[in-house]
Amino acid sequence: MTTTKKERVDALAASSAKKADDSGVSLAASAWRSLRRNPVFLIGAVLVALFVLVALLSPLLAQHDPGERMLADQVVKARNEIPPAQAGHPLGGDLQGRDLLSRLLIGSQQTLMVGVLATVLGLIGGLVLGTLAGALGGWVDSLVMRAVDVMLSIPSLLLAVSVGVLFSPPNIYTVIVAVAIVQVPIFARLLRGSMLAQRHSDHVLAARSLGVKPGAIVFRHMLPNSLGPVIVQSTLVLAVAIIDAAALSFLGLGNPDDSVPEWGQMLGTSQQVFDSHPNLAFWPAGCIIVVALGFTLMGEALREALDPKNRR
Amino acid sequence: MFQRKGEEPFTAVDGVSFDVEPGQTVGLVGESGCGKSVTSLAIMGLLPRRGPKISGSVRFEGTELLSLSDKQMRDRRGRDLGMVFQDPLSSLNPVIPIGLQVTEVLERHRGMSRKAAQPHAADLLDKVGIPDPTRRLSEYPHQLSGGMRQRALIAMALACKPRLLIADEPTTALDVTIQAQILALLAELVQDTETALVMITHDLGVVAGLCDEVNVLYGGRVVERARRHELFKRPRHPYTHGLLASIPRLDAPRGERLVPIKGSVADNIPWTNACAFAPRCPNALDTCVETTPVMEADNGRLLRCHNPVEQEQEVSA
Amino acid sequence: MLRFTVRRLIQLVGVVAVLSLLLFAWLRSLPGGPVSALLGERGTEESRARLTAELGLDQPIITQYFKFIGRALSGDFGTSTGVQPGTAAMDIFLERFPATLELSIFAIVVAVAFGIPLGYLAAKRRGGWLDNLGVVGSLIGVAVPVFFLAFLLKYVFAVNLNWLPSYGRQADALEATRVTGFFVLDGLLTQEWDAAWDAFVHLILPGVALATIPFAVIFRITRAAVLDVLDEDYVRTAESKGLTLQTIRTRHVVRNAMLPVVTTIGLQTGALLAGAVLTEKVFAYPGLGEALAISFERRDYPVLQMVILMAALVYVVINLLVDLSYALIDPRIRTR
Repeated sequence: MTTTKKERVDALAASSAKKADDSGVSLAASAWRSLRRNPVFLIGAVLVALFVLVALLSPLLAQHDPGERMLADQVVKARNEIPPAQAGHPLGGDLQGRDLLSRLLIGSQQTLMVGVLATVLGLIGGLVLGTLAGALGGWVDSLVMRAVDVMLSIPSLLLAVSVGVLFSPPNIYTVIVAVAIVQVPIFARLLRGSMLAQRHSDHVLAARSLGVKPGAIVFRHMLPNSLGPVIVQSTLVLAVAIIDAAALSFLGLGNPDDSVPEWGQMLGTSQQVFDSHPNLAFWPAGCIIVVALGFTLMGEALREALDPKNRR
Repeated sequence: MFQRKGEEPFTAVDGVSFDVEPGQTVGLVGESGCGKSVTSLAIMGLLPRRGPKISGSVRFEGTELLSLSDKQMRDRRGRDLGMVFQDPLSSLNPVIPIGLQVTEVLERHRGMSRKAAQPHAADLLDKVGIPDPTRRLSEYPHQLSGGMRQRALIAMALACKPRLLIADEPTTALDVTIQAQILALLAELVQDTETALVMITHDLGVVAGLCDEVNVLYGGRVVERARRHELFKRPRHPYTHGLLASIPRLDAPRGERLVPIKGSVADNIPWTNACAFAPRCPNALDTCVETTPVMEADNGRLLRCHNPVEQEQEVSA
Repeated sequence: MLRFTVRRLIQLVGVVAVLSLLLFAWLRSLPGGPVSALLGERGTEESRARLTAELGLDQPIITQYFKFIGRALSGDFGTSTGVQPGTAAMDIFLERFPATLELSIFAIVVAVAFGIPLGYLAAKRRGGWLDNLGVVGSLIGVAVPVFFLAFLLKYVFAVNLNWLPSYGRQADALEATRVTGFFVLDGLLTQEWDAAWDAFVHLILPGVALATIPFAVIFRITRAAVLDVLDEDYVRTAESKGLTLQTIRTRHVVRNAMLPVVTTIGLQTGALLAGAVLTEKVFAYPGLGEALAISFERRDYPVLQMVILMAALVYVVINLLVDLSYALIDPRIRTR
C-alpha cells in the first residue's frame, strides 16, 4: 500500500493539529507575518492575482469573439498554413482561423473554472469522507480508509483517465469530475488524519467535558483547526487540476466542443501540429505554466509558513 | 565572548570564565536561555562555523582550543573532550545499532578495527551499568529505556577516557529515580577516571549532589561563583538566593511559603550600564540600572552585584 | 522482518481485493457495459448476445463478479479491438511491458542519479546559487505539463537539431536480434553494439521527458530530508565524538535522510506509467503507455482495463517493495 503518500499527508495533518493546540489563533497571524515578507509567496500571489484579474476582465480585454472563424480565408489546409500575426491579431489565428489572443484571454475563464470547480469538488468529497471517518471512527473509518487507500494506489493521472473514459461523449464538466475525483482520497486522508489527531487533544476534550454537542465539536472546533493543511493542499491542487485537464485533452478525453476555449484543451489539441505550428502550443502552455507556477509557489510558501518546524 | 551576527548582533554569553581541574566537577547553573549550552558548545567547537563569532579563550592542558583547525579539533573531540547531551533519544542515531555508535569512537581515535572494538564497547556498556551488554550492542536506540539510552550516551562520551566531560542537562529528560542513578554514575566515573566534569543544569538539586564549584549564570554572565557548600549555605547574589528560596523543601517549617523569582528571563535588560537582573531583583538599587556590576572577590567567592544579600541563609544543602 | 513482510503481504491481498471490486464496478459503468467493454463498439448483435450469455450477465451479480475474477486470474482480458485488433490483450501486455519497463528504468535512474546528489549539495550549501536554482527549477518542472515538455524536447533535439531520433525504440533498418524484449540489453547480449547504442539513443528523449517530474520531486525531498537531518541532535552527537566528516555524512546524515527519499523514489516509480502514457504517445514509443493512449482514442476497452489493472498492480507491488526497503533501513519499523 502507499504508506508514503499516506504518511506524508497524515504527518501534515497531525502537525497542523498540534500547532493548533499549541498556539491557536496566533498561528495564522504569525504565518501571515512571515508570508508578507516571503518573496516566493509574493511572486506566486502576484501571478495568481493577475490570472484571476485577466479571467474577470477578459470580456473587456478580448477584441474578438473567440469562436468566430474570422480569418478562415487565411487557413490553407493543403499548404499547412495558418493565419500569421497581423494588425488587429497580434498572435495570429488558430487552425480554424480564430483569433488566438482572444481565445487565450477568454480561455482564462474556463481554465479558472476547471481549476476552482475541480478543487472544490475534490475538497467537498474529501471533506465528507474524511470528516465521517475521522469524527466517527470505528468501522466507518476502516471502510472509508480502505477505499481511499485503494484509490491512492492508482497513479493519479491513470485514475483521472479511468474516470474520464466512463463519460461518452465527454464535456467540460466530465473533465472537471475526472480531475476532481483524483483529489478526493488525498483530501479525505488529510482531514481524517487531522481529525484523528485532534480527537484526543485538550481543546476537544475540554469542549466535550463542557457538554458541547458532537456535531458542534466537529464543525466548530475540529474542522477549523484542520484548515491549514487543507488550504495548502487546495492551492497545490489548483495547479494540478489545470495541468491534468490539459493531459486529458491531449489523450482525447477532453471537451470536444472548442467554441468556448480553455487553455488545457487548446494545448492538448494543438500538439498534433506542434512540428509545423509550435506557437499554437507555446501560448497556452506558457499561460498554464505561469498559472500553475503561481499556485505552486503560493502553496509551497504556505506550507512552509504553517510548518511548526520553521517557526523558531 | 559570543556574538551572533544577524539582524541585530546578539551577545549570548559574555565574560563567562571558569577553570576545571582533573577529577573536579564544576557546575554551570541558570535558567534556560542564560547561555549555558552556548558555552558548552563553544568549548567543544560545535557552534556553527558561520554565524556566531567567538572571542576569548578555551585552554585545555595548555592548548588554546579556539586556535585549532577544524581537523585538529575533530581529533580532540571524542578523545580528549567528551559531551553528553540532554535528550538521549534524539541524541542517538535511530538507524544504526548502539554497538556501532560506541565502536565508531574507538575506531576513529584508537585506530581499532570494528571487530576488535566490540569487546571494549561491551566493557564500556557494562561499566555504565547496562545489563547484558553484549546483546545490547546489536540493539537500536528505540529498544532501550530512557535511562539506558543516557547510559549508552555516557559510554560513548567516555569511550576514549576523555579528560574533560561536559554534561549538558544529562538528567532533564529522565524520571526522578533514573536521574539519581545517572548522577551517581557520573560522580563515580569522574572519581575513577580523574576526568574533569562540567555539569550544566538548571536544577540546583543536581548541583548539590555533584559539583565542587558552582557558577551561577544570568543573562549570559556569571553572577556568582562559590564552593558548593558556601553557595548553598550563604547565597549572596539575589538571583542565587531567589533560586534557592524557590525550591520546595521537606524540612521547611509548616506554613512557610515558597518565594518565586518575579518575572522571567524575557525581562532581561542588556548588561550595558546596568545589571541584567535588576528588573526582577528584590534588592535593586538605583545604581543597578545605571552601572554594570563587576566581578569582585568576596570571601573566597566571586560576586557580581551592587547590593548582595546579607542575612545568613538558614537552609543548607 | 519476516512477520513484517507477511503482514504487508496480507494487507496487499486486501488492497487487491478492493481493487478488483472497483475495477468490476468500473467495467460495468463503461459506456455500453461489459459487453462493449470486451467487444468494442463494433461488435455485431450476434456476438453481443453470445458474449452476454458467455459472461453470464443474466446471472446474479456475485456470480458475475467471481467469473470476472476467474478470467482476470487466468490472464483473459479479451481481445483487442483497436490497438492491435485481433490480438489478445494479454499478449499486447507481454509484448509491450518490457518496452515501458526499459524506459521507466532509464527515467528513474536519470532522476535518481541527478536528484539525490544535487539535492544533497543544495542542502549542504543552503541559500547558495545551486540551492536557489534547484528549488526554482524543481518548482517550474512540476508546473510544466509533461507532454508539452516532451514535444518541446522532440521539436528542439529531434526535429530542429536532428541530434536524436524522434520516435520508436530502434531504427527498423537494424534488424536486431530479439532476446529479452529489452532492446538495450538484447544488443549487449548479442554483442550487436550498434543495436544497443541505437536503442539507448531512442530512450534519451522520452526518458528525459519522463524523468523531469520524478527528478524535481526527488531533488526537493532529498534537500528537505538532508536539511532536517543536519538539524538533528544525533548529528551533533556524532560531531561531539570527533568522527570524520566522511563518517558523519555517510553513516549519520545520508542513512537517515534516505528514509523519505526511498519512499519518494518508490512512489515516483509507481507513477511513471501515468507519465509514460503521455511521453510514449508523443514519441510513438511502442510501450504500454502508448497502447493505453491509443485505447482511449479507439475505445479499446479490453486493452484499457488490462493496462489500468496492471498499472495499479505494479504500483501496489512497488509500494510493497518500498515498505520492505524502508524496513531494511529503519530498525524502528523492522523490530516493531
